Amino acid sequence: MFGLGILSGLLIVPLCGAAFVLTLGNESESVKRNARWAALATTIVTFLLSLVAWGRFDPSTSSFQLVETHGWLAETIKFKLGVDGFSMPLILLTTFLMPFCIGASWLSVNTRVKEYFVAFLVLETTMIGVFCSLDLVLFYLFFEAGLIPMFLIIGIWGGKRRIYASFKFFLYTLLGSVLMLLAIMAMYWQAGTTDIPTLLQTRFPVGMQYWLWLAFFASFAVKMPMWPVHTWLPDAHVEAPTAGSVILAGILLKMGGYGFIRISLPMFPDASAYFAPMVFALSVIAIIFTSLIALMQTDIKKLIAYSSVAHMGFVTLGLFTLNEQGIQGALFLMISHGIVSGALFVCVGVVYDRMHTREIAAYGGLVKRMPLYAAAMMVFTMANVGLPGTSGFVGEFLAMMGAFKANPTVAFFSVFGIILSAGYALWLYSRVIYGKLEKPNLQGILDLDLREKLILAPLVALTIYYGVHPAPILDTFAPSTEALMQSMKSALSNTQTAAVLPPVAR
Amino acid sequence: MYHAIVFFPLIGALLAGLFGRQLGPRMCEYITTGFLAFSALLSWGAFFEVPGSDHATRVQVATWFTAGDLVVDWAFRIDTLTVVMLVVVTTVSTLVHLYSVGYMEEDPHRPRFFAYLSLFTFAMLMLVTADNLVQMFFGWEGVGLASYLLIGFWYEKPSANAAAMKAFIVNRVGDFGFSLGIFLVFVLFGSVAFDGILPRAAELKDATFHFLGYDWNAMTLACLLLFMGAMGKSAQFLLHTWLPDAMEGPTPVSALIHAATMVTAGVFMVARLSPLFEVAPNALIVVTIIGGITAFFAATIGMVQNDIKRVIAYSTCSQLGYMFVALGVGAYSAAVFHLFTHAFFKALLFLGAGSVIHAMHHEQDMRNMGALRRYIPFTSAMMTIGTLALIGFPFTAGYYSKDAIIEAAYASTRPGHTLAFLCTVVAALMTSFYSWRLFFMTFEGPARWAGHGAAHHDDHHAAPALAHAASAAADGAPGHHEGVAHDDKGHDVEPASHSAIEHHDHAHTPHESPLVMTIPLAILAFGALFAGLLFKNRFIGEGMESFWGHALGHGPDNHIMHDIHSVPALVAYSPFIMLVIGFLLAFWMYIRRPELPGRLAAQQPSLYQFLLNKWYFDELYDRIFVRPAKNFGKFLWKEGDGRVIDGLGPDGIATRVLDVTRGVVRLQTGYVYHYAFVMLIGVAAIVSWYMLTGLPKVGH
Repeated sequence: MFGLGILSGLLIVPLCGAAFVLTLGNESESVKRNARWAALATTIVTFLLSLVAWGRFDPSTSSFQLVETHGWLAETIKFKLGVDGFSMPLILLTTFLMPFCIGASWLSVNTRVKEYFVAFLVLETTMIGVFCSLDLVLFYLFFEAGLIPMFLIIGIWGGKRRIYASFKFFLYTLLGSVLMLLAIMAMYWQAGTTDIPTLLQTRFPVGMQYWLWLAFFASFAVKMPMWPVHTWLPDAHVEAPTAGSVILAGILLKMGGYGFIRISLPMFPDASAYFAPMVFALSVIAIIFTSLIALMQTDIKKLIAYSSVAHMGFVTLGLFTLNEQGIQGALFLMISHGIVSGALFVCVGVVYDRMHTREIAAYGGLVKRMPLYAAAMMVFTMANVGLPGTSGFVGEFLAMMGAFKANPTVAFFSVFGIILSAGYALWLYSRVIYGKLEKPNLQGILDLDLREKLILAPLVALTIYYGVHPAPILDTFAPSTEALMQSMKSALSNTQTAAVLPPVAR
Repeated sequence: MYHAIVFFPLIGALLAGLFGRQLGPRMCEYITTGFLAFSALLSWGAFFEVPGSDHATRVQVATWFTAGDLVVDWAFRIDTLTVVMLVVVTTVSTLVHLYSVGYMEEDPHRPRFFAYLSLFTFAMLMLVTADNLVQMFFGWEGVGLASYLLIGFWYEKPSANAAAMKAFIVNRVGDFGFSLGIFLVFVLFGSVAFDGILPRAAELKDATFHFLGYDWNAMTLACLLLFMGAMGKSAQFLLHTWLPDAMEGPTPVSALIHAATMVTAGVFMVARLSPLFEVAPNALIVVTIIGGITAFFAATIGMVQNDIKRVIAYSTCSQLGYMFVALGVGAYSAAVFHLFTHAFFKALLFLGAGSVIHAMHHEQDMRNMGALRRYIPFTSAMMTIGTLALIGFPFTAGYYSKDAIIEAAYASTRPGHTLAFLCTVVAALMTSFYSWRLFFMTFEGPARWAGHGAAHHDDHHAAPALAHAASAAADGAPGHHEGVAHDDKGHDVEPASHSAIEHHDHAHTPHESPLVMTIPLAILAFGALFAGLLFKNRFIGEGMESFWGHALGHGPDNHIMHDIHSVPALVAYSPFIMLVIGFLLAFWMYIRRPELPGRLAAQQPSLYQFLLNKWYFDELYDRIFVRPAKNFGKFLWKEGDGRVIDGLGPDGIATRVLDVTRGVVRLQTGYVYHYAFVMLIGVAAIVSWYMLTGLPKVGH
């Protein structure tokens, strides 16, 4: 259609929806209702379109597919889109989660409704853009542009300390993105192109790789977030509205991981191998420290936010093991965590909408009045602690197994995460759900209504389905992972021979 | 057929769990119990069919996941060990389902209860049929989840919640080792499937592996790590603390999960991996010693507990120690045999205790019982049988299996076997003592329950009860009432679901349980009496070789099962001597001279307190693990994240920036514009860079 491919379609549809919502009239009830339905329809259409894209996608090869190129800024900087095994599942995750976000904001957002949904739809475009752009400048544009709507969402529809939170968010990401920009310029200078497929074939000099790697790392580490640049996340989560938290935990955090697998690992293999021990150290610290911190939280959202940091520690750990189990596990964990942590934030939203507090101490004994809610929460809690049979297990297990292959000591410390996660997650569950329903204001609390059931049921189903049968996702990652391993191996062995050869020649 | 055995309980669980409200409690009971009974019938069919076949049958169900060269399947491995476990699990589970129909009759959440029970059974069946380590881990954690849900079934009791959490987390500590063990096995063998591991164990006998700064014998390290998982699940010394607390769950749960099946998973695991352990003799020494210590130490605590269920819980812990001793000295078949017989008599004891508790209107403290034999004669008879089997009275089930273990501990030549032998023999004495103590306090002597005629409370008999009560009150350990919570001060707090119906005062005359509860008792009693006699030959006798086939991995030098026939007569008789001494001691102290225990406790207060407080393990762990973890977490949060990272990072910079920008822009919108502006500058910079540099410099 109009010379545009399906990936362009995925970018355009949410924008069209946003434009439509903008044209709606003033702040009347009917406008609000229309805005909600329009946003929901848009996200569902986008999701269906992404399913079509998945149908056309051939998961058995590692090459870029559905590629489309349009002229853009200059001859070498093109509007180039395409997907491979790494990005396709993330696009699906994005489009899948969006309708749930709209649904989760159905009643809780009541001011500036139009603008709210516009922000979300624009955010969707930018997120999809990150995962399907095949040009570094385009990638950078989407990567950074996505922060603006997120920023507004926290800053306008957020909680009491939203200004502080969005400010912190701003400061951290600004730092990272400036360095990434410099690195992109340096790469362009070196390779003469910002075309990602070409850059993937380009061998950068080892000395330069280190600097480039560090510059990108600054940006991705903040996004992940890795310890010690994680402190923006708990604040952002706490202040963000429910849907904002879902997207933040579900998708935005995955951009860092995607950046590592798309750029850092394949383009700077020597630097990746060189810096892997540092990443291991930071990951293990993240897993243990933030789990311990999560143990002591008194705010439900903050607890889940800290647990996200710990889980992202497993992701970075897995990615830099540089073996199949580690990388595929990390990627799977990104998808699984997207579903599970998103669902957990929806769960928090459910009780927040009723009681308007996130204090753990304000709850207790909810199972008595809310058995369905308790059951859903149990599934997500168990997925969060990585119980086999839920999607949380497969990724964590593979990432740790990969880590054990790469470095048993690192794996040893990372496995403490499974003890600690059980600690904070079950303690949260028992304080909120179990116990006696004694608090007077909880006596009349209602169980899930139809809207909430519709939101949570698919998430429960997927959490268990991917726990028992993770192949649809895991196998999509496999060819790309294999190709990555091949290219990294040859790159690393070249470097080694290069390092070894001169003395021999002498 | 194996699909049916494993998945029928799951179907039952799903039906009861998802449609419990529509089906109604009665229907849920029928469905879950019916599905399990069918599964049990099929299991017995398999039990008489499978043994004798040369190799394990593999039934592929589906692929779970693959990554690189790691392939994990959903598959069943069917051999003798599997069918033995199938029989144990499905039989006990069916009886417990049936029993629960009566026991839980007044509970409003029966569909949930039966769904959990069936879910547990499914997970346990997945564990014992697993074809690879990861599927075993699935079952392993699955039973952990079910155990968590069932211990915390009465969710309004804070103590039940705490116990459920403790069980899960302590088990996770074990799983810490189990996971690392799986990883190591994969690194060593390139496979996690038993077919790819077990036959190749001998190849790696002398391999080494560098871990945490040491060069370990690879097989020893792998076995030790895996054994750590077994220690957690089977509540062995150091990781045992969760099991007594798990008694907070309903009694049928204790019988099924915390006696007959789940806690034996560790024994099953070591037996399943016996070919690995056979080439790691050092790991087996550890198994022997841990088993011996557990058998001894749990028995010492069992002697002074006053809660009827806790006595049996410590007894379970102790008996599991016996099984590990057998495994440690290489007598795998004896260990599995004891697992098999123990399942019958320990489930019988728990269900019998449940019947007592039911009769006493949810009273669990033995100090408030006594003289019950006259009121509930059938239960009392069943408990007698269970007690006889537990202490190993000749020709009951426990006699054959326990004696074999003690003899094997003696006959072994491995380091540590002497310790294990002494521990198990002394533990046999203590087993007899605490079992009879339980029996006498519950069924004999004067009636000590409230509402009973005061005439029975003459001074002479009241003394021990008072002494016990005094000492218990001194350390703040209140008696336990099932389904009834205690607040901090030991006052009863009644959960809503129990208050009106069950927990009046104890003015009722104890009553015998309904038929639906006594029939399972009778069946289990049959097993407790005859399981040894009937199956001894197959498990550990002459029919052993053909019965086990290749299911257990005896190395070429492992002749322990033959050596046990040549132990000295005194060793062979020692268990019997011990059980007689134990009986006499208990009889003397609790029937003839009932004031003695109180006086003894008063004479040795520190020893008594030490035992009563379970060697202070809970306090110790709280002090060295739980509290430091919380404090450290708080420190990392407030000081690390708050002061250091935020203080030096964003907040510090923020204060500077704020100074400059304050009053210039409105925060809410200002930063967004800034941000967009910076980004646009970035894009502009790239473009201008391109303009300035002209054509790309390829080949730089």
